[in-house]
Amino acid sequence: MKYLANVATLQYAPDKCTGCGRCVEVCPQGVFVLRQKLAAVTDKDLCMECGACAMNCEFGAISVNSGVGCAAALINSMVTGRPPSCGCDSTAAGCCG
Amino acid sequence: MPTMQTLKFVKREVPPFAAGALHTQAGPVYRATSNWSGADYWGMIKSRVSAFRMSYAVPAGLYAVGDPDKDSDVFVSANYKLSFDVLRRSLKGMNAWVLALDTKSINVWCAAGKGTFGTDELVAKIAEAKLDTVVSHRRLILPQLGAVGVNASGVRKKTGFSVSFGPVHARDIPAYVRAGYKKTKEISTIRFSLLDRMVLTPMEINPAMKKFPWIAAGILLIFGLQPSGILFKEAWFNSLPFLVMALLAVFAGAFVTPVLLPFVPFRSFAIKGWIVGMLPVFLSTHVFNTIDRHDTILLIVAYLLFPALSSYLALQFTGATTFTGMSGVKKELKIGLPIYIGTAGISLVLMIVFKLKEWGVV
Ligand code: SF4
Ligand code: SF4
Repeated sequence: MKYLANVATLQYAPDKCTGCGRCVEVCPQGVFVLRQKLAAVTDKDLCMECGACAMNCEFGAISVNSGVGCAAALINSMVTGRPPSCGCDSTAAGCCG
Repeated sequence: MPTMQTLKFVKREVPPFAAGALHTQAGPVYRATSNWSGADYWGMIKSRVSAFRMSYAVPAGLYAVGDPDKDSDVFVSANYKLSFDVLRRSLKGMNAWVLALDTKSINVWCAAGKGTFGTDELVAKIAEAKLDTVVSHRRLILPQLGAVGVNASGVRKKTGFSVSFGPVHARDIPAYVRAGYKKTKEISTIRFSLLDRMVLTPMEINPAMKKFPWIAAGILLIFGLQPSGILFKEAWFNSLPFLVMALLAVFAGAFVTPVLLPFVPFRSFAIKGWIVGMLPVFLSTHVFNTIDRHDTILLIVAYLLFPALSSYLALQFTGATTFTGMSGVKKELKIGLPIYIGTAGISLVLMIVFKLKEWGVV
């Protein structure tokens, strides 16, 4: 299943990549693959902006604007002005199963 | 095997899933059985449908599964009991160590997003458990989704332990180990099956149903309001079709849309929910004729309000899915929220006109 097209903020700079493969290991959406010893993005629309790849690329080749993709949290943050946080620790939202 | 009596010096309360303990250089470590008790199953159900999961925790720290030694693998987990239970069950027949981080009883995925399943917590727990004396190797296996919060190179620099991110689901660990700690694409991507979606819906329906009495009260009030006061008998009779449609709209947005997600057209959750929410309105007005079809105002209100309600609820499900990113949800909200608010406003105005007509004012 894919979500909206052309909204993901994932950015990848191949010139910094060393081909270590960490991004392939951590991405839960199969966005990255290794091709000719370099990482390559298969389909950006698959990216759910979890941030695992950017968190674990030692060489700063990846950046992504990660955050909770959860309507309740985002509405909450619009109302309160606080950064969005998932409702895992309140009974408010059904976030994060 | 040491008996429970010999473990009086352990300060922690004995967890119910413990089956004895092991003596290590770092002190005694409880052995967690891989078998689930009735209470474990009951806990799983409760944590799926209610706020019970907020406090469903195991004490953080090191556990043993089977008879691990200095060369055995170390699996890292959250201290959310359901995550921990699934892990110990998945390790059945293996000899391994389990290090449960203190994630405040939140699952790995969510805790990693919040940072409680994070580099610092992992570094701290490795030190507390004196893991470097318990095992002689320097390898850790983390759930893949923990990568959102844990920086593997940071952990190696601070502790000397190198981190491998295992499969997404603990149930795939045996296959991962058998394959020589290699992941297929299959076990390293999140699947979001019908069943996965199904078990998440109670957490969507529950909060929506808590608000339902207010919706119902509003509908009853509007229909029952007369110049002479509130007539309850009339209120009940006239509002019944709307009450049923509201209930169906909640069901459409919070249950049907999530479950049928891939089969409803369009990628936008708001549009998916709107489409599914359209069905009950269409059925009840055009097939079952619950509203007098010449009552144009009521008809318009029904078509405006209930699909929008279903759409709004469907949008809430983005919080539980595994493939919706923040930018996409933001985009949906930017377009959706003004429409929802506008729809509610127009419906209110139309209902006022409806009432004024009913009272013969206009
Ligand atoms: S983690 Fe970074 S350096 Fe390693 S393969 Fe991926 S992009 Fe390249
Ligand atoms: S942000 Fe998450 S889903 Fe997107 S590419 Fe990185 S690891 Fe994959």
